[in-house]
Formats: sequence, C-alpha cells, structure tokens
Amino acid sequence: MSPSAPLLANADHADILIQSLTHRYGQTEALRDVSLSLPAGTTIGLVGPDGVGKSTLLGLIAGVRRIQSGMVTTLGADMRNTRQREGILPQVAFMPQGLGHNLYPTLSVRENIDFFARLFGLDAAYREARIKQLLEATGLAPFPDRPAGKLSGGMKQKVSLCCALVHDPDLLILDEPTTGVDPLSRQQFWTLVDTLRAARPSMTVLVSTAYMEEAARFSWLVAMDDGKVLVSAPTADILKQTGQSTVEKAYISLLPEEKRSRASGFSIPPYQDPGGEPAIEATGLTRQFGSFVAVDHVSFRIGRGEIFGFLGSNGCGKSTTMKMLTGLLDATSGTAKLFGKPVSANDINARMRIGYMSQSFSLYEELTVRQNLVLQARLYRVPAAEAETRVEQALDDFELRPFASASPADLPLGIRQRLQLAAACINTPDILILDEPTSGVDPAARDMFWRHLIDLSRNKHVTIFVSTHFMNEAACCDRISLMHRGRVLAVGTPADLTRKRGETSLEAAFIDYLRDEEARTDPQPPTAASTSQAASVTQHAASSSKLVTWLARTWAFARRETIELLRDRLRLAFAIMGPVVLLLVSAYSISFDVNKISYTVRDHDHTHHSRELIEVFQGSSYFTETAPATSDADMAQRLQKGTVQMTLDIPPDFGRDLDAGRHPSVGIGISGAMPFLGANIRAYATGALLQYASSAGKSLPRGMLPASPISIEPRFVYNQEFRSIYAMTPGTIMLALILIPTMLTALGVVREKEIGSIVNLYASPASVGEYLIGKQTPYVALATLSYLALVVLSVVVMGVPLKGSFLALSLGAILYIFASTGFGLLISVFVQSQVAAIFGTAILCLIPAVNFSGLLYPVSTLTGISYQVGKLFPASWFQLISLGSFTKGVGFSGFLPMYAALAAFAASYMVLARLLLRKQER
Amino acid sequence: MKNWLTNIGLLCGKEIRSLLQDRVLIALIVFAFTAGVLAVANGVKVEVSNATVAFIDHDHSTLSLKLRDAVLPPYFKPPALTTPEAAESGMDKGDFIFVVDIPPSFERDVLAGRSPALQIRVDATAMTQAGLGTSYLTQIFMNEVQAATHAPALTDFMPFQIKSRVYYNPNSESFPFMSVMQIVTNITILSIILVGAAIIREREHGTIEHLLVLPVTASEIALAKIITNGLAIFIAAMLSLWLVVHVWLGVHLAGSIPLFACCTLLYLFSATALGVMLATVAPTMPQFGLLAVPVYAVAYLLSGAATPVENMPTLIQNIVRFFPTTQFVTLSQAILYRGAGLDAIIIPLLAITAAGIVFLALALMRFRSMLTSQS
Repeated sequence: MSPSAPLLANADHADILIQSLTHRYGQTEALRDVSLSLPAGTTIGLVGPDGVGKSTLLGLIAGVRRIQSGMVTTLGADMRNTRQREGILPQVAFMPQGLGHNLYPTLSVRENIDFFARLFGLDAAYREARIKQLLEATGLAPFPDRPAGKLSGGMKQKVSLCCALVHDPDLLILDEPTTGVDPLSRQQFWTLVDTLRAARPSMTVLVSTAYMEEAARFSWLVAMDDGKVLVSAPTADILKQTGQSTVEKAYISLLPEEKRSRASGFSIPPYQDPGGEPAIEATGLTRQFGSFVAVDHVSFRIGRGEIFGFLGSNGCGKSTTMKMLTGLLDATSGTAKLFGKPVSANDINARMRIGYMSQSFSLYEELTVRQNLVLQARLYRVPAAEAETRVEQALDDFELRPFASASPADLPLGIRQRLQLAAACINTPDILILDEPTSGVDPAARDMFWRHLIDLSRNKHVTIFVSTHFMNEAACCDRISLMHRGRVLAVGTPADLTRKRGETSLEAAFIDYLRDEEARTDPQPPTAASTSQAASVTQHAASSSKLVTWLARTWAFARRETIELLRDRLRLAFAIMGPVVLLLVSAYSISFDVNKISYTVRDHDHTHHSRELIEVFQGSSYFTETAPATSDADMAQRLQKGTVQMTLDIPPDFGRDLDAGRHPSVGIGISGAMPFLGANIRAYATGALLQYASSAGKSLPRGMLPASPISIEPRFVYNQEFRSIYAMTPGTIMLALILIPTMLTALGVVREKEIGSIVNLYASPASVGEYLIGKQTPYVALATLSYLALVVLSVVVMGVPLKGSFLALSLGAILYIFASTGFGLLISVFVQSQVAAIFGTAILCLIPAVNFSGLLYPVSTLTGISYQVGKLFPASWFQLISLGSFTKGVGFSGFLPMYAALAAFAASYMVLARLLLRKQER
Repeated sequence: MKNWLTNIGLLCGKEIRSLLQDRVLIALIVFAFTAGVLAVANGVKVEVSNATVAFIDHDHSTLSLKLRDAVLPPYFKPPALTTPEAAESGMDKGDFIFVVDIPPSFERDVLAGRSPALQIRVDATAMTQAGLGTSYLTQIFMNEVQAATHAPALTDFMPFQIKSRVYYNPNSESFPFMSVMQIVTNITILSIILVGAAIIREREHGTIEHLLVLPVTASEIALAKIITNGLAIFIAAMLSLWLVVHVWLGVHLAGSIPLFACCTLLYLFSATALGVMLATVAPTMPQFGLLAVPVYAVAYLLSGAATPVENMPTLIQNIVRFFPTTQFVTLSQAILYRGAGLDAIIIPLLAITAAGIVFLALALMRFRSMLTSQS
C-alpha cells in the first residue's frame, strides 16, 4: 500500500475533471449530472453496486465512450475535442471489464504485450526491455509463449495489466480488474500495482471494484449509487466522517435510508446429512483435451442438501468438472453419479433434476429478462400458466422486476448473473451446479444470492455445488474442496481447513495451499528484486516522424492479424482450397457447348424420305434419339416431364407431298423452359433440316438451291475451338477473387465488436485508418497467394494458355484484391452482427459477380440498372483484365482504364469504411 | 413425443424473436428477394440479346448501309461504325462481340454476281452470344442481300416447310427464367448461411451449451432452427414469387403453386440441414463463412440455373443427381414452366428429401462433439 499524499479536491491540480455529465442508454440513465474532480498521482477507488454507472464513467474518462452531455477533462484535455483527446491517449491506459476481454486468445503472452507496445509506437529495443521487465514483475516470465486463451483468469488479468502498462501511462484506468480472479492472484495483482506505483509515484491509478475490502487499499474513494456520486474524498476522511471501521459499512451508511436494509447479513442453520445415496459422487474423474489434463482423478461425495464449495485458481479444472457432472462433457476416465445413477448425456429425466449456471452469460440477449425466464421454465416442462407465476415470483425473489423488459445485453454483469441464477432455480431442481455465480456481483446482491441458496439447501433439500472466488462465500459452504491444476488439494469444512494450515482465515489458508503447490511446480516465483526494477527503464525517445509512426501502428495491426490468421489453420485451408475447388468445378462442368439434345420422333409417314430426314438427326452429334413417340399426347407429356427437349413430328403423306412439291410441314416442338437452350435447339434443328434439304436428301430434286450472292466468313477469335473452359477459367478467377477475399475481411470488424477487443482501438492512439489498413494487409497477401495458385492451376493443370502479360494480369489482380478486401471491411463496419455480415457478403457479391460482371453474360449486353450495377462493381473491371490477359493477349496499355477503376474502388471502399467506423463507443 | 413437440415450439418462438431483432439482416433478406430478383430478371439476357456489333465499312454503298440498318434490337444493339484499329481494341475491351468487315466494292461485286466475302469476327469468349448471334447475323445479311438483288429467298427453294414451335416460353424471353432461378439461388444461400451462422452464434455465446443442460435434445435445437428459419425463407420466397415474379414481372407460372410450395418446403429442409451440418464442421464464424462460400457457389454453378445440366460432362451429370440444389432447379423448371405434375418430379423430390435426412443425421452425430472440441 502506497502512502497517500495530502490531497485536496482542487480543480487546479486535478487529473480528471467532470462537470454535469449525463449519459443515457436508450431510456435508462446511467449517469445523472455527475460532477467530480479527482486528484493526480494517487490511487482512486470507484465503488458501488452493479449497474450504478461505474463502467460508463470510466469509459468516458478514458475516452473510449462518446460524451453525450456534460464535460470531461482528462489530464488537461477536453475529451469532447477529438484532437485534444487523441493528444492525451498515449498517456492513458485503459483495461476493460471482463477476464482478458481485450486480449487475443491465439496470440502468446509476449505477442499480446508486444502488440500494445507497437500500437503506442515504442521502438524495438525499448519494447524488448520493457516486456522482459513486465513479465518478470508479474511472474509471467516462465510462460511468454503460452497463448493468452490458455491462461487462467488471474494470469489473463496480469497480461492485460502488462498490456496497459507497457507504454508507461500517466493515468491507469482499471475496470473491475480482479473480478473472477482467485484470492492468490488477486493478492499478487494488487502487490504488483503497488510496486509499480511505488516506482513511478506520479502515475494516477483509477480502479472500479465490487470488492469493498479491496477499496480500502485506495487513498481516495468515489462511492456511486444509481448514476450519482455519493461521496468523493480521501478514504481516511470518509471512514472518519461516517464513523465506520470498514469501507463496506461506510458505503452502506452513505446509502439512502430505504436501500440500507437490503444489505443485512444472514445466518446459516447447521447442515444435517439425511443419509442415503449421495446426491453427487465422483470417482477418479479425469478429462483430457489432447495432451492437456484438465481434470486429473478427482473424487468427492456430496450429500443431499449439502452446500459444497469448489475453490481454486482460474483454469484449475472447476468448470470442466462441473460440465462433466451435467453431462455436457464426457469423462475421459472415471465415473460421475447423480443420485446413484451414472451421468449420461442422453438421460433427459436426470436433466430435469439439475439446474446449471455457467461461468459466462449463456442466456439469450435477443430476449428480454422475462422472456428468458419464461423460456427456461417452459423448457423445464412447467405448464404455461404455472410458468407465469413462477417467473413473477423469480422476478421478485431475485430483484429483477425493474429489468423485466430489458434485454440482458443492456444490463451490467452483476444483474445478468442474477438473471442466470434465477433461471437455474426456476425449476426448483434437486441439484444446483453453479459455476462462479457471483463473479462481478456486488456485495448486497451476493448476500441475497446466498440467503436464497441457504433457503434452498436447508428448507428444500437442494444439493448445491458452487464454485467461487469469494472467501466469505466459501466460508458459508458446508464443505469445500480446493482444486489446483486439475487436482484436488484438500477437502473439508472451512473451519477444518483453516485449522489444518494453522491460519486465522480461510483466505490465508487457501493462499498457503496454493503457494505450496506453486512452489512445488514453478520453482521461480516473482521476486521483490525483479518487481522493483519494473519501472526503472528510462522513458523512450520521443516518437519519430508522422509517417514512421503511421507505418508502425499499421504494421502492429497487420502483424497481429497475420499471426492470428497463421494460427487458424482451418481458415487458411478454406481460404486456399475454396478458390481451387471453385475453379476446378466451374472449368470442368460449366459448358455452353450445346450437345446431346434429346429428342423423340413421331413418324406418321414411314417412307424413305422421312427415314432419311430422321437419319440426319441420328447422324448429328448434337442430338440424341430416345424411343419414338407413340402418340401426340406422349410427345407432349415427354416434353413436359423434361425427358426430351425436342420433338420431331413428320406428318402423314410427308414423302408423297414432298415428291409432289406440295411443301409439307415438318413440326418441331422445342422446350423453351431454359431460354438459352431453347434458342439453340431451334438453330441446330433448323440447321439440320437445311442440311437435309440441301444435300442429304438424296432423292430430292438437286440443283434447285441457287448460289449464294455473298459468302459469309465467321471467324471466331480469342477462342477458336469455342471451348467453354477457355472462357470460364478467367471468369472463375474473377469470381473466386471476389467471393473469398470479401468473406475473409467481412467478419474482421464486426467480430471484434461482438467479442469486445475493438476497445483496444478506442483506447489506443492509433487511428481508424491505420486499423483498417492493418486489418486488410494480411488478407491481401493471402488472397494474392490464392491468386497465384489459381493461375498456376489454370495454366499448368488445366492447360488454359495465358496469352497476355502475366505481370499485367497480376497488377490487375492485386488492385482487384485490394478492392474486394476493402469491400469486405466496408460490409463489416456497416452491419451489426456476424450473421448479417456473412449473408450480406454472400448476396452482395454473388449476384453482381455472376450476373453483371461478364462471367456468363457479357457486360455489354446488359440493360438498364444491371449495366450500371455491373459497372459500379469491381468484378466487371477485373473480368476484362482476366479475360483480356488469358484469351486476348492484351497487355498493360490496354488495361489502364481498368486499373484506374479498380484503384478507385479500392480507395473509395476504404474511405467509406473509415468514415463509418467511429473511434468511440456510444 | 409431446415434450419433444412442445420444446420445438418453444425454441421456434425464441428463434423468431432473435431473427426479427437483426434489422440489417431482415433488410438484406427483403433486398435479395425484391431488388435482387428484379435486377437479375430485367438485366440479364441468356439468349442473344443486345449483342454489340461494330461495322468496318470499306464500301460505303447503299447495300452496306442497308446491312447496317438491318441489325436491330432486341437481338442486337444499334451497331457502331468504326475503324479497324478501334474495332480491334473494342473487341479487346469487350465492347464489341461482333465486328463485321465489309470489303471495298462490296455492292458492286454482289450485283456483278461475284459473291464477295463478308467477314464477321466473333469474340468466342462471349459464350452465350457468339454461336447463335453469328447465325442470326448470317441470316439477316443473307436476307438483305437477297432483297437487294431481288433474288428469291433460300427458304422458297426448300422442298418442305419447317414449323417450329417453342413451348413454355414462346418468345424465348430471359426474365421468366432468370427471376425464378434467382429466387432459387437466394433460397439456397439464405438457408445455408442463416441456419449455420445462427448455430455458430449460439455456440460462441454459450447458449447451446446452456440448452443442452436443460431437458432439451440436440434434435430439438436443430429442428427448431430448421423450422423457423426455413419458414421465414419460405414466406419470403413465396411472396417474392407471387408479388415480384408474377404480379410485377408478369411471368406466367404454368404449374401447380401448392405443389411447388410443398417442394420448396422439402428443399428448405434439405438446405437448412446442410447449413446445420456445415456449422458442426467449422468451429468459428470466420471459418464457417469461408466454408460456406465454395459450397453455395458450387451448388449454384452446378444447379442448372446458370447453365443447362444437359451441357455438363456425363460424370458431373451423374454426380449432381445427388445435389439437392440441382434437383430443386430441375423440378422448379418442370413445375413452373412446363406445368409438370407430381409424377414427373418424384425422383428429384426423393433425392432432395434423402439428402436432407443424410445432412441432418450427420449434423446430429457431430452436434455434441462440436461442443466438446471448443473447450
């Protein structure tokens, strides 16, 4: 704990100045006319229950949220002014709520920190040194190469902290950094923050927390309730004024009268085992993921109505164990029994008796709170009428009524957890399995939770299996089990465990157990020496020219995206194989070569004339004969069924009329359902009949046909053999290079929005342009590789000659790829959900690329809007380059207008995306 | 069984709510089934139409002018008069499909009976236009020359007459064909993406896992998605067929609409089941997006909506017999254009249903393992 400097709430020395700040989400007011001034160079705690506006306030101070009304001055900069805000962002670090939400799970610890360092434009040598020191200080040094996604929650938070600290900020803003983190990691985390601050006393640290006991560490406190600030003063003063011994009590005394009663304590009647079959029994339960043993021979027995606590560091296998008990995961070995019956994934009746609450929010954000509860009750086979009453009851029990018609997406973490618990309890199950149900829930609501659990256990004999990081909750359990790295370290009543370690508190006992275990497995815990060095690196040199900074940041984004892409083997494979499959399929199967037209003959005549006529068709490779028609109706029916495409009707007395010069009619019926085919059949059939008339009809009077007054010489150029493959291959390359690259980038931005890592952009000094170009670059490279593969495939494997210049084609392809990836990013910025991004990309690319770009139908023949659409879409321009290079031998000079058009598309998509993507949250 | 149905009903209600939430998605669906269909129907011509012709006239005679004037819409765009160089680069740029070269003293040679040669250069990469367009041009020029020389027409010398009749689409217009085929393509893309992506989203948000702890089975989850999204697409497709294709474009739909509606429902089952199956193969949304692209693009190219299945190599023709999309295109054409009845489409119908059952079975088999793989 750092000593607190004497502080005055003096605006002149304030780091952060807030005046009449109000913020709304739809109808809800998150902040109401807040005015505040916070001192520099100290630690400030922001406390208050869930949903009082803590996160909103921090977001506004950090500049990641747009100010609606009021004023915020951070480090002397007016945050409403873009230029001023950008100016101070390099001095601010913001760590958002949620375990490792702003980390990239496939990147390693070092790569994550390195990414942030690059974003802030730190040079290589400084980066190297700084990362090394931060890793040592946080005890992460042994695992620099472990992917962030595989870290425990506590370690994730440490990495997040490293990321925030890497650029040596003057203001460090942490939004509930220790929520969901185990006590040992929490202790280590705060020690770390303290030492870092000790090394750099000028740094201001602003932290929001739901743990009141943590709040006591801060020298200044801001207590909030219901969008308003209750008090903002030095901690010591607050305790003195209120006359309370702890921050928690002080906070409650500051609340308005009617709210105080809510936070009263509760008592637990002793547990009595009713005997009989244990409710839950696990024997040698083991689960492996690949080579990683997540749960290693875990055994325990839980009696009916018992509250069994599960404690352990994050990622120690608690959740996996719970999932095996619910049947969500199969055990690799060992057994789990519920009420004496082995857990089976297919046992629906067993599921009726279990209520489960997963660690992350897993109800529907598209439904309101009430709708979610009704759905849950109904799925538990509660009749509709009763479901209504139960839901009403639950809304009261869990104090959810004010939020009944809200969407969970708009609710703070704590209230969402309450909703999840309400949902798990709605069926009054026999067993409740709760995975960290109170993470991120404020103390008053936690008390309410536990009163509820105790009531369920003692009065309704519900067996409760709960994991938690709160020691006061663990102390409420009848028995607890300590777990670490997949193994159970100890099981017993809280009092027993504390006594065994000779400690005074359960927390101390728990930390003891973990320390022992870590000392056994990790020989190098962080040392004080390395910690104190952390901030001793000298400030990096002032940043170089604007262009260099721009390039460095763009490269930071591109580099990160590339690493993520390279680690996603499946995506790489799909991106490369997709176009190849497309090319092979379309080149070998799309054909305009009309042949094998199936036809049937109805010969009423049966003379040598009619037979000769039929022979012309039989001898032609364009036609395939099927069984002769038996009647006119048969003919019509076969045409209708589609078994023949043409009918040939030779009338009675055809031969006689022919000989008599009476010009009999030959009837040809053509199925015109496919217009292309219909027109061709007519042309081919007429041709065949003309051929018969002029030459094949041996018995016809000869020499009657006059000599043609002109000769017409058609010359088929570019594709003399008239083979579809030559025309389709360049077209398919055009198609593949719009469909796949667009899809590659279409999820880029919207996915980061859904996951939450976009906040890194908001909080960093990097610009939207740098972000977008950085995101585009790796995909341009990937698509270019894919393009090269397609060209090699076309020329070498399929034998389609490339008549023109390869370089001219490649230049066009690269410009085209810039345009298509840019189009994907534009879609990504525009849509709200990943689903819409995928569908939008599919429809918006496929329709114009196939129909209006010259793949099947030449652009010059299009009419009206379609022609405009074709011209306003890059695919039609690249089609000219692709077709021109492959079949026509056109070179650079012939493509200049197309290059210009493609470059213009690429640029305008990026500019539009840049304009549409805001650098702040609403 | 009763529980099974109740659960599906409940989950369907939830699906409808979440579908209606995404405004951009709804707008995209409406766009695809209205503007998308109209643009394709009105703009694209699969037969020879609006073909571009350029004349290089070395003769400048009455006859050469007549030849030029005879090249008329709707088959051809009004021809351009150009120079050999411009014709060359025009063909290179795709501006001209046909270049007609009239030699010097063409008219004089014709009248003198010297049968001069008229050269037509054809861009053979414009596959839909080149072959047929050449024969149309030949016919036009022959007629003009014959009229000019007062020679009797070739057909007068034919010993017999040809009475050809094109059924179902007598004027060989493109829009009746293209509009319905675009609806079919929209159905395919939507079914695969909407259902597949909905499942992946639920998995990424952990909600499927939550459902599987409740007394809810994988088949209920999958079927609720299939039914809801299938019905939404069905309604959109049928409205589009009626309002856009029939009312707006005035396409005569020959066959039984109820029969077509039933077939569409079966096809929707098959395509949405394919979406579920793909979702169990690709674990994340970006992977799913990339996997879906070649699937729907290949399904479209091989469906017969782009080019006739009859033109494809025999091997491919045999393979696409098992593709539900191809079978659906086949039966759509049979019902809507040729007015065929159930007996004519029973085999494609069976193929579609069988494919749907296989997709769904594979999807359900992989359903639980897909949850395991992510943790």
